[in-house]
Amino acid sequence: MSTELDAIPSIIPTRRDDAVGALEKMVSKGLGWARKYSLFQYPFVTACCGMEYMTLAAARYDLDRFGAALPRFSPRQADLLMVVGTINCKQAPVLRRVWESISEPKWVVAFGVCASSGGFYDNYATVQGIDRIIPVDVYVPGCPPRPEQVLDGIMMLQAKIQGQHHTFTEGKPLPVLGQAPRQR
Amino acid sequence: MSKVVIDALVERFRDPVKGDGVTGASVGPGGDDVAFVARERLLEVCQLLRDDPAMQFNMAPYITAVDYLGQTPRFEVVYNLLSTALNHRIRLRVKVPEEDAVLPSVCGIWRGANWFERYCFDMYGISFTGHPDLRRLYMYDEFVGHPLRKDYPLRGRQPLVTELEVPAERFRGPGPAERGE
Amino acid sequence: MSIEVKEAEKQEAAPRASVLDAPLPSKRMLVNLGPSHPAMHGTARAVVELEGENIASCKLDIGFLHRGFEKSCENVTWTQVFPYTDRLNYVSSIMNNVGFALAVEKLCKLEVPERAQYLRTITSEIHRVCDHLTLVGALGLELGAMTVFLYAIEGRDLLWDRLTELCGARLTSNYARIGGVSRDVPEGWIEKTTATLDRVVALRDEIDALLTRNRIFVDRTRGVGVVSRADALDLGFTGPCLRASGEPYDVRKAAPYLVYDRLDFDIPVGSAGDTFDRYLMRIEEMKQSDKMIRQCFRDMAPGELVPRDFRYVLPPKPEVYGTIEGLMAHFKLIMEGIQVPAGEAYGYTEAANGELGFYLVSDGGGRPYKIGLRAPGWPMLAALPIILKGALLADLVPTFDSINMIGGEVEQ
Repeated sequence: MSTELDAIPSIIPTRRDDAVGALEKMVSKGLGWARKYSLFQYPFVTACCGMEYMTLAAARYDLDRFGAALPRFSPRQADLLMVVGTINCKQAPVLRRVWESISEPKWVVAFGVCASSGGFYDNYATVQGIDRIIPVDVYVPGCPPRPEQVLDGIMMLQAKIQGQHHTFTEGKPLPVLGQAPRQR
Repeated sequence: MSKVVIDALVERFRDPVKGDGVTGASVGPGGDDVAFVARERLLEVCQLLRDDPAMQFNMAPYITAVDYLGQTPRFEVVYNLLSTALNHRIRLRVKVPEEDAVLPSVCGIWRGANWFERYCFDMYGISFTGHPDLRRLYMYDEFVGHPLRKDYPLRGRQPLVTELEVPAERFRGPGPAERGE
Repeated sequence: MSIEVKEAEKQEAAPRASVLDAPLPSKRMLVNLGPSHPAMHGTARAVVELEGENIASCKLDIGFLHRGFEKSCENVTWTQVFPYTDRLNYVSSIMNNVGFALAVEKLCKLEVPERAQYLRTITSEIHRVCDHLTLVGALGLELGAMTVFLYAIEGRDLLWDRLTELCGARLTSNYARIGGVSRDVPEGWIEKTTATLDRVVALRDEIDALLTRNRIFVDRTRGVGVVSRADALDLGFTGPCLRASGEPYDVRKAAPYLVYDRLDFDIPVGSAGDTFDRYLMRIEEMKQSDKMIRQCFRDMAPGELVPRDFRYVLPPKPEVYGTIEGLMAHFKLIMEGIQVPAGEAYGYTEAANGELGFYLVSDGGGRPYKIGLRAPGWPMLAALPIILKGALLADLVPTFDSINMIGGEVEQ
C-alpha cells in the first residue's frame, strides 16, 4: 500500500498505484472472508467457562454455523486461541507456550471475566487478565458469559478479521519463541 | 454413639506422667465429636481408631490445617475420620508449634491421606515424617512461602512469566491496581 | 548333496525359538498429557511412563487451576463466600452453595424453614442430574460417541433454562443463603419443570440405549480401572465411585439433612468397581434424583424462605425502610457481615461426586477465619496413579472421565 506517498499530500497517487492497491484490497477481502469463516479454535479450557464452551459447541448454540466448529487440540493446526476460564500463575507459562506455538495469522479470544481481567480472584494465584501475557483480540466478559454473548464476541472477531489486512505471504520475520508479544 | 468412642479414647490414652494423649473431648453441634490429640501419640491413636472393632474408622475423608496466628502453638492439623461400617465420625485436632512444624504421617494407616498431607505442607509448611512423596501440591516449585499462612499477603503473586504493564486506567480487581505485581 | 546334510544345515540355519520369541529390548517412554488437554478436564497434567502400551507409572501434577479459594474467602464476608462456592464444582453449583450454607447454619445453630429446605433439595437434585449428564456426555465424547454428548448437553441446557428462571444464572447459581434460599419459585415453574424433567428423562433413556449395551462402550469400560471395596475405603473415595466399588455409604441415608429423611429413594450400589459400574451408577442416580424431585414437588407447602432472625438474615425491604431495627440490622449485615459465633464445624453433604465437606473455623467476626473445602473428587484423583498401574494407555481416558474430577473443586 502506498503509505509513504500518503504522507505527502501534494502528490496524487498514480493510476498504477490505484490498480495495485485495488488488487491487494481484493485479495485482502477474499482472504479475510475465508479466514473469518473457517476459524480453527484451540479451546484452552480450564474452568467453569468450559461448561459454557461445551454448550456453545453443542447443538443449541451451534458454533458450527459460524464456521468455527472444529476444535483443533494442537496449536499447530489452530488459528483461534480461545482462553476459556481462569489462568493462574502456574498455567501462565503453558498458555504463553501454546500461544507462541500457534502460527500466524492467529487471534485470541478471552472467554469469560477470569481470562479478561482475573475475575474476582484477585489473589496470589491468578493472573489478572491474560492480556498481561498474550495480546487479546476480543474480550467476552461474563461469569460465565451466556453462549449468545460469546457468539456476539465471535461475530465481532469476524468483523475484525475482515477489516484486517491479509496477504498471501506475511513478509515479516517469524517470531522466535521467547520474544515479546507482537503489537497489534 | 461417638461419645462412647471418645470416652474410651480418653481413658485409653490417659497418662498422668507424660501428659494425656487425648484431651478435651467434646460432643459438638450436629453430633461432631472432637478430641485434641498430642502430637507424640497421634500414630497410636489413629491406629487404634482404625483397628479397634468398636471404632472401625476406615476412612479419613478430610485432613486439613489451620493457622491460628498469635496463638502458641500456631498451627493445628485437623483429622476428620469416618467409619462407614458403624456410621460415626470423629475429629482429631493436633496442635503443631511453628518452630517445629513436623508431624508423623498417617499415610501408612489410610493411603488417602497422602495428598491431604501434601496440601498441608504446600499451604502451611507443616512437614510429615514418613510421607512417601512430600512435595508441593498446588503451587509451583519456584514459589517461595506458604500461601495460606495468615502472614502471607493475599495478593502476593509470584509470576512465572514476565507480565506486561497494564495501564493504570484499566481498573483491575477489588482493590486499587498495584504496579509491578 | 544328500538329504541328511540338507536337513542338518536347515536346523543350524534356523535360530532357536527362544531367541525369536524374546521381547525386543525397549526403553520406557515418557508421555506428557496436559495440562492443556481435551481429556484432562482442563487442568491436570499426567506424566505417564509407558512400557509398550501399558502404563508403568503415572504421576499427576495439579495446581493449574488453583485460584486461591480459601484465601479469598478469608477476606470477604460470610455471604460473599457464596459466589466463590459456586465456582468450585461448577457443574452442580447449587450443591456447593447448599453445603456451605448448611455448614454455617451448623455453627450458628440456625433453623431453616421447611419450604427453603424443599427448594434446596429440589435444586440440589436438579444440579445432580446436570452433573451426571455432563459426565456421561463427556465420557461418551471422549470414547467417540459424540451424539451422546449432544443429547446430554441438550438435557442439561433444558434444566439450566428452568434454573435461570429460578436463580438468574445458568451455571453459577448463588441460590442458597445462610438461613434459607434467596428467592421463591416463579409462577408456573413447578409445572414447567415437571415437563422439562420428562424431556430430560427421554434424553437420558436415549443415552442409556446408546451406551449401556453398546459393544464398543462396554469393551472399553468394563474391567477397566477396577477399584476394590477395601481399596476404595482406604483411599478415601466417597459418592458414586465408592458405591460402585460395593460400599453402600451415602450421606443422604447415613446422616440425613434437608428433607432426605422424608423422601423415598434407593441407593444404587455397584459390584465390580470398574468404569462401567461408575457410569451405570450415574444413570441410576439420575433416575433416583428424578423420583426425588417429583416427590418434593408433590410435598412442598407454601411458607417462609428464610427465618426471621435478623442477626443472620436480611430483613424484608418494607421493614428496612419502615422500622429502625430493620434498617440497623440491614446496615450491620451488609457492612460487617453475619457474625457467626466462634467455633469450628465440619458440615458434610452428598454432592454429585461424593461427600462435599466444609470445615469452617469462625473467630466470631463477619469474615471466615478458615474455610476448608473437602472436594469430593480429590481422593479419586489422588488415587488415579494407583488405579492405573498396569493399565493400557487408552484406559486412562475413560477412567479419568468416570471419576469426574472437576478442576474447580479439586484445585480450589
